[in-house]
Amino acid sequence: MAGLELLSDQGYRLDGRKAPELRKVQARMGVFAQADGSAYIEQGNTKALAVVYGPHEMRGSRSRTLHDRAVINCQYSMATFSTAERKRRPHGDRKSTEMSLHLKQTFEAAVMTQLYPRSQIDIYVKVLQADGGNYSVCVNAATLAVIDAGIPMRDYVCACTVGFVDETPLADLCFAEESGGGSSLALALLPRGGQIALLQMDARLHQDHLETLMEAAMTACKGVSKVLDEVVRQHLQEVSVLTGE
Amino acid sequence: MLKSKTFVKKTRSGGVMKIVREHYLRDDIWCGSEVCTECKQESTVLQRDACIESDLCCFPHYLIPDTNVVLHQIDVLEDPLIRNVVILQTVLQEVRHRSAPIYKRLKDILHEQEKHFYTFTNEHHRETFIEREPGESANDRNDRAIRVAVKWYSHHLEKGGSDGPKAVLITNDQGNKEKAEESDLLVYKCEEYIKSLIANPELVDRLALANDEKNDISSSKVLFPEHFPLSRIQVGIKSGTFLQGTFRASRDNYLEATVFVQGEGEDSTEVLLQGLQNLNRAIHQDVVAVQLLPREQWLAPSSVVLHDEREAKDEDATEEEEKEKAMKNIADDAARKPTGRVVGIIKRNWRPFCGMLNSSLIKESTRHLFTPADRRVPRIRIETRQASALASQRIMVAIDGWPRHSRYPNGHFVRSLGAAGDKETETEVLLLEHDVPHQDFSQAVLSFLPKMPWSITPEDMAVRQDLRALTVCSVDPPGCTDIDDALHCRTLENGNLEVGVHIADVSHFIRPGNALDLEASNRGTTVYLCGKRIDMVPELLSSNLCSLRSNVERLAFSCIWEMNNKADIVKTRFTKSVINSKASLTYAEAQLRIDDTTMNDDITNSLRGLNKLAKILKRQRIEKGALTLSSLEVRFHIDSETHDPIDLQTKELMETNSMVEEFMLLANISVAQKIYDEFSECALLRKHPAPPPSNYDILTKAAKSKGLAIHTDSAKALADSLDVAKVDGFPYFNTLLRILATRCMMQAVYFCSGMDSDFHHYGLASPIYTHFTSPIRRYSDIIVHRLLAVAIGADSTYPDLTDKHKQSALCNNLNYRHKMSQYAQRASVAFHTQLFFKSRGILNEEGFILFVRKNAIIVLIPKFGLEGTVFFDSKDKTGPKLVFDEEGPTLMVEQHTFKIFDKVKVTISLDDSNVQHQKIRMSLVDPVIPGVSVPVTEVEPPAKKPKLDC
Repeated sequence: MAGLELLSDQGYRLDGRKAPELRKVQARMGVFAQADGSAYIEQGNTKALAVVYGPHEMRGSRSRTLHDRAVINCQYSMATFSTAERKRRPHGDRKSTEMSLHLKQTFEAAVMTQLYPRSQIDIYVKVLQADGGNYSVCVNAATLAVIDAGIPMRDYVCACTVGFVDETPLADLCFAEESGGGSSLALALLPRGGQIALLQMDARLHQDHLETLMEAAMTACKGVSKVLDEVVRQHLQEVSVLTGE
Repeated sequence: MLKSKTFVKKTRSGGVMKIVREHYLRDDIWCGSEVCTECKQESTVLQRDACIESDLCCFPHYLIPDTNVVLHQIDVLEDPLIRNVVILQTVLQEVRHRSAPIYKRLKDILHEQEKHFYTFTNEHHRETFIEREPGESANDRNDRAIRVAVKWYSHHLEKGGSDGPKAVLITNDQGNKEKAEESDLLVYKCEEYIKSLIANPELVDRLALANDEKNDISSSKVLFPEHFPLSRIQVGIKSGTFLQGTFRASRDNYLEATVFVQGEGEDSTEVLLQGLQNLNRAIHQDVVAVQLLPREQWLAPSSVVLHDEREAKDEDATEEEEKEKAMKNIADDAARKPTGRVVGIIKRNWRPFCGMLNSSLIKESTRHLFTPADRRVPRIRIETRQASALASQRIMVAIDGWPRHSRYPNGHFVRSLGAAGDKETETEVLLLEHDVPHQDFSQAVLSFLPKMPWSITPEDMAVRQDLRALTVCSVDPPGCTDIDDALHCRTLENGNLEVGVHIADVSHFIRPGNALDLEASNRGTTVYLCGKRIDMVPELLSSNLCSLRSNVERLAFSCIWEMNNKADIVKTRFTKSVINSKASLTYAEAQLRIDDTTMNDDITNSLRGLNKLAKILKRQRIEKGALTLSSLEVRFHIDSETHDPIDLQTKELMETNSMVEEFMLLANISVAQKIYDEFSECALLRKHPAPPPSNYDILTKAAKSKGLAIHTDSAKALADSLDVAKVDGFPYFNTLLRILATRCMMQAVYFCSGMDSDFHHYGLASPIYTHFTSPIRRYSDIIVHRLLAVAIGADSTYPDLTDKHKQSALCNNLNYRHKMSQYAQRASVAFHTQLFFKSRGILNEEGFILFVRKNAIIVLIPKFGLEGTVFFDSKDKTGPKLVFDEEGPTLMVEQHTFKIFDKVKVTISLDDSNVQHQKIRMSLVDPVIPGVSVPVTEVEPPAKKPKLDC
């Protein structure tokens, strides 16, 4: 049997999207009352939950305290039911640890940590259902949660995964596309200034293609930021109606 | 709109996995018709007046075939007559899963603009997507999806006006057809529709025979055992009861075949199959599953030559059985081989076959047998109404299937190639049989050619070295229009010589990745046949813009050395350049200039300098152990009007030939070194492996028969012993020996340096070698040019160039094309030789024995460079007494002993008793052996030619 055709001659992808189109994004903020900030996001079939605590005093070992800014603590985990085969360990494996580290780096670049010296911000993200682009979806969820917590950021951090098939960059990969071979690149962007918070790619790609791929990733990230912005505004409106302002 | 698709799938390890995928439905998928005003499409594919004269549909209409129609009737769809067809995504995907070759062909049609084929992405269209209902099978669901799409099309097109085109569903499935009729769709069976086409009756012949009962000619008697289903075969292969292998039919015996079973590592076995029942409808090159028979039923391969020559019709099987019995006798135990029978076909490897029609004896009959040119393929039954017209033509036929109760496979006519024996037709046949791509270049390819009038732009000049002032000239065979190399030589102030090899800069015109590049890389090489050239790149490039003709400015890639008078290289440099050749000479002209002492112009001096250096280079090379081998190449003098060969001549070699060759070798070696230094992982190189010592057996034995010793330990030893091997009074001996040595060699191959560790070129005694000097006719050289250009910073790289796996795949294709082009070339020479002898009648010639076989001698006739076999045994009458001694090798026929290199006299004539397989026949004249040799025949008429059955 032939493998999957990721991009048809007519320009349609497996799920019927065209190359630069994103999946349907739906998000809600403030889903939990106990935490300082929280958000839930669905990007196609990838669903993630993010929760933020802080900024608060350093807990645990005080030695990690930074005197000029806040420490960001991230934990990434995947629900055992998030994949087709049940996952044994929800977190703490190599991949999750790496992902936690990436999230940490991303948000250290975006959150204005210098405003909260000697304190700590905790970000917990959990993937409830995985269908490609897990990192990007988590970043987007965490952004909303951080905003919900009222922690100042330089800008939204928006992330998107792009792949490269038949000389064409595909935006927002689903799982089949991610695992179907070809290289993929994850980009976290501060869209207004166009600064890159994180760029990650571990497959081979010819350097000539890098530029087109980056451009596609940036456009996709800006698309995501528009959606997130709408969600935030919508949420604010609801909240202000509730508080009667 | 969003739909979720959920299905379960079996994983490779046997588990069951649930897969959830999103499925987006869109409202921006257009219908692709010119008529439509609703769709906001930018370009339309389907024409307004999609008219084709038909009894059934006298209005403009678009055809929508279902999957099975596409799979089985792709030949019909390919016909230029069939246009304006909508291929649904459902159909396209199903075809993709079911058959890769047909999918490829369908894609080719879709890309062709004149065909007006449109792909409608119905699975993602909001109105044509349907979900599988509970209890509905996947196939039924797809059939329904097709019907829904057709329905949508007919409604959609109606909106454009009632006289607009209509959608017509083509299906061969009765159930599907009925359901479609229920929902008021226009639906026809493929046969119905094609037969209704007025004025195009020949299209009917291209219809594949459907597999339903009424089409079967023979009685209901079952001739063959059933094939097992794939699932059972897979289980059998896993458990070891069945073996999987490639089916190879025997060339000489249609009731025998072998299956080559690839084992782990070295241990591959061959399984013998005998008898129609055991062959069980497998066809040459199929991948089959075989079951071994118990050991006591094992057989020995028969040495009988059997051809299936009966006249059509499935007569009693008794005759067949007798033949099988006849084969089975006299099998002594030692010669027995593992024997088996075919239990199933894993993969059919059918391609369209070239061949001829044997018309049926009944004049009005429409069913005929077709005999393929390849003897290993069985005859095929086809249905055609144009039998009388096709009788003397070469035609192409595709196989459709082989039912259990039919003696022959069923097929259908694809196209006619032309009259048999016609030069054009025969050339076409040999190109097809050797898989040489030879169609005209497509529009897509031609669109990448530079626009004429072309000239060198200032931008080009800026990045290139201007070498127009140099006295560059080219030396080539007469009549050469694709000149890819030119040379110059001049003395520098310090007394050293500057030598330049300038190669056409083809990579400037062929940019990586475009259609032109892909076409060239697929073709791999230009194929030179007698009187015809199949170009690798379009003629504008090969014979004009890239050809380094005299007195025009051309772009070149130059390799320039500074050498001292002992031909030692002081400095090497590579550069892209612009040159202006001062003369294009033939080898003979160049030779005349060198020899003529009165000429003292620049060109001549340059040539003399080159010649002097070349001689030194050649000597150095030979000292290092390079081989000078020999093979007879013939050249036909072709009549300029009839294009028939009128004379044969073996190619002559002059000093200038070797002069040009020497510098080409030097350039190739210098470039190979440079690109390997720069790209150690992905340089495209060429190697020539040393042959295994056993290959030399024939050579040493042959030399021993004349009392000479040949040392084969190294190339150098071989070259030296060949040099001294001379026999007094037999001047041709040395050439014969070299011809034999050539036969011992391995094939040189292209490879990617990152994939191999042995780079040595045995024949040239060079540690590294590549091809750089003929980019017009070899694709390998284009790649080497690109690598070199990157290495000197003249061009940028691209991903595939530095990917060693892609590079290696390319090498495989190039090696294959190269091999096939050589076979095609040989076949073409053989065909022209036949034409030549046809016109010359019978000839008596002297020749030498090249090989001695068990029942024959192989004779080489130096005058024509022709090799032929003289057989001593015959089919029906008892032959002469033969004693074969393997040690000599010698063959004693009655009283006379034949040894290798013996001089014999033979008559040569053309055996045209079989139109498809004409061959040159040789029979012995001298030495005279009663009952074997034939009397000397002077000249024609051929009707009385002496017959020695062989």
